[in-house]
Amino acid sequence: MSPPLIAYANVSKTFDGTRVIAVDDVSLDVAEGEFVAIVGGSGSGKTTLLRLANRLIEADAGSITIEGDDVRSVDPILLRRRIGYVFQSGGLFPHLTVAGNIGITPKLLGTAPAEISARVDELLDLVRLDRAPYRDRLPHELSGGQRQRVGVARALAARPRIVLMDEPFGALDPLTRDALGDDFRELHGKLGLTTVMITHDMTEAILLADRIAVMRGGKLLAQGTPAELSESGDAYVGELLRTPRRQAERLGALLPREGAA
Amino acid sequence: MSIFADPRWAEALGHLPDYLGSHVRVSVAALALGLLLSLPLAIISRRQPVLRGALLGLASIVQTVPGLALLALFYPLLLALAALSLSWFGFGFSAFGFLPAVLALALYSMLPVLRNTITGLQGVDAAILEAAQGVGMTPRQSLFTVELPLALPVMMAGIRTAAVWVIGTATLSTPIGQTSLGNYIFAGLQTQNWVFVLFGCLAAAVLALAVDQLLALIESGLRNRSRLRAALGGVGIAALVVATLVPTMMRAQTNYVVGAKTFTEQYVLSALMAQRLKAAGLSATTREGLGSNVIFEALASNDIDVYIDYSGTLWANQFHRTDIKPRQELLAELRTMLARQNITLSGELGFENAYALVMPRRRAEQLGIRTIADLASRAANMSIAGDYEFFSRPEWAALRRAYGLSFRGQRQMQPDFMYAAVASGEIDVIAGYTSDGLIAKYDLVALGDPRHAIPPYDAIVLLAPKRANDEALRKALAPLLGKIDIATMREANLRAAGNDAASSPDAVAQWLWEKLGKK
Ligand SMILES: Nc1ncnc2c1ncn2[C@@H]1O[C@H](COP(=O)(O)OP(=O)(O)O)[C@@H](O)[C@H]1O
Ligand SMILES: [Mg+2]
Repeated sequence: MSPPLIAYANVSKTFDGTRVIAVDDVSLDVAEGEFVAIVGGSGSGKTTLLRLANRLIEADAGSITIEGDDVRSVDPILLRRRIGYVFQSGGLFPHLTVAGNIGITPKLLGTAPAEISARVDELLDLVRLDRAPYRDRLPHELSGGQRQRVGVARALAARPRIVLMDEPFGALDPLTRDALGDDFRELHGKLGLTTVMITHDMTEAILLADRIAVMRGGKLLAQGTPAELSESGDAYVGELLRTPRRQAERLGALLPREGAA
Repeated sequence: MSIFADPRWAEALGHLPDYLGSHVRVSVAALALGLLLSLPLAIISRRQPVLRGALLGLASIVQTVPGLALLALFYPLLLALAALSLSWFGFGFSAFGFLPAVLALALYSMLPVLRNTITGLQGVDAAILEAAQGVGMTPRQSLFTVELPLALPVMMAGIRTAAVWVIGTATLSTPIGQTSLGNYIFAGLQTQNWVFVLFGCLAAAVLALAVDQLLALIESGLRNRSRLRAALGGVGIAALVVATLVPTMMRAQTNYVVGAKTFTEQYVLSALMAQRLKAAGLSATTREGLGSNVIFEALASNDIDVYIDYSGTLWANQFHRTDIKPRQELLAELRTMLARQNITLSGELGFENAYALVMPRRRAEQLGIRTIADLASRAANMSIAGDYEFFSRPEWAALRRAYGLSFRGQRQMQPDFMYAAVASGEIDVIAGYTSDGLIAKYDLVALGDPRHAIPPYDAIVLLAPKRANDEALRKALAPLLGKIDIATMREANLRAAGNDAASSPDAVAQWLWEKLGKK
């Protein structure tokens, strides 16, 4: 098996001296091309774990390697430019147009304007936004779903191999969320990305991810495919799986497949 | 008849290129310096609460210092620095006019810029900052492409406030020797020329408004990413600066600068001296409205060439003498002391402008008061008013000592209003000036000083060190020496206090010269 593209080894992070243990001795490997979802309650350390990967935060202990490099040995600015990051609320720059937002990382990398412009059009197609009406809009002129599409396009602009997403679809209505999730999963496959996505919604994680990591109180409780997790004896994992299970049962009963009866 | 038919509007307009030009230059320089200091400080301190608190606190304190005092404080400070620089590095600089005005105004402009820049930068959403970092910006890129653009509206509001403050406060730089639109206001207030006062206020207001609107244009251009608007605003400001520079550049360099303090008599006498110099074929301008401590230092450091002071004033204020000597002795000693600073006392004009206790003639006669000694026994039931410095001057202490004076109450007043107040009986006695025209106008009498508690105040012509051997200058002014008696000066002062065209300092000086010729 090829070496993991992202590897956490015994990583810990505390805040406020040692009062808040946000991430507690976590080890996690993500293989190339994999789609991993991190699931857990609020405050369980998901965001902190993600931010450690592109050094928005520095780890206290343990090591993290990205594409084979220990993150401590590379320039954090350059590291961030080669990792796509999608922020929870989009994190779009309110004073820049859609095109300006999408093209920001290529611009920082010194790409020629004409090339950036072509890339922006390509990305708008990729995230299914019409070029003409959206290119020059400001973020506040977009719907929540459109904003997240722009956020995804921005993360992909510099052709990263890795995309990190912090509850990217969390604030959207269920229909939009579904559509965006499916679209992104397709992009993940098409572009050969390696994706780590945080979500507090187990159903979303099961539907989109290859593998799920469950966090609680800073610790990595369990990890595995949905099938592997369902075999876990851990009470908390069981509790997390109960909701999607019940939903599936009820939906199955309420919406019998045509001709299945 | 329209009030604009008054010829003083035309006279005011004539000064506009000079006054407005100087005003714009000092304001723009101060604002630029203020921005140059405040913006980096605000940016550096935005993540350092201690530094931020200290800066904002300091700027707030500066703001509470009245503009006039702040400007006045910078003069001695720079004077000391200039002396230091001369002795350490072998070169000095002029502590007069432009430099202290720019520094004080720049300091004054800092609070709104600091506060708004810090507030604006702190108002940027933490999520946006994280996104800037996340997409791979360096701290500098984040600052310039994200934080500053987002903080811009708040910052510009601060810059506009600062601009309006600076332009308004720059009118107060006249007393420290910086020509500004304040020249209209100071001269107008002193010589009761309300046309000048109004003109100065209007000009300053229009200038402030224009600059504010140009800055607003730049702001809206930057905010809406309209290069055109930002450029228009920028060009507008640049055009304003250039337009005010051109007439100054084209103006012929004048050789002689005649100084004047901030009261009517000084305006008239400086106009008279400038007229005499011009008549002798020398080029001359006046620098009016100079603070009374500023003007002496300005002469000593050759920033002005000549002005009129009063022997007793120099004796007490400049040389800190508290003893009182007979007139000729005091003059002789003064001449020696001035010579030590290379200043020439070229002669007396012939009249004295001394402090005197003044009261209505009729009341004095009723009470049988002819001298201060007579007044002493009645003083306990009387009130006295003086100008802003009188009660802290050695003369006042000397008077009280010599005559055992003790009044029921004392008040400080604007000199122009004192005379009317004593004439109307609102005040019983005032500390007036012997050469003031209002003494005659209100039928007042100056009480005698038999114990010579008040030192002599001969009007004397002082020449700057570099003019010590300037024969042309001495010759031009010689016809004035010993020629102006107290009655003539009083009448000139009374004319200058009028509120019509014939009361401009120039017109009165002209009248005075003709009158001297007839003698
Ligand atoms: N910058 C910070 N300073 C102090 N405490 C923090 C900081 N960031 C996160 N924490 C704390 O660390 C813990 C984990 O936070 P986070 O990783 O954001 O959790 P999650 O994303 O799972 O909701 C929480 O208790 C949070 O309060
Ligand atoms: Mg989170």
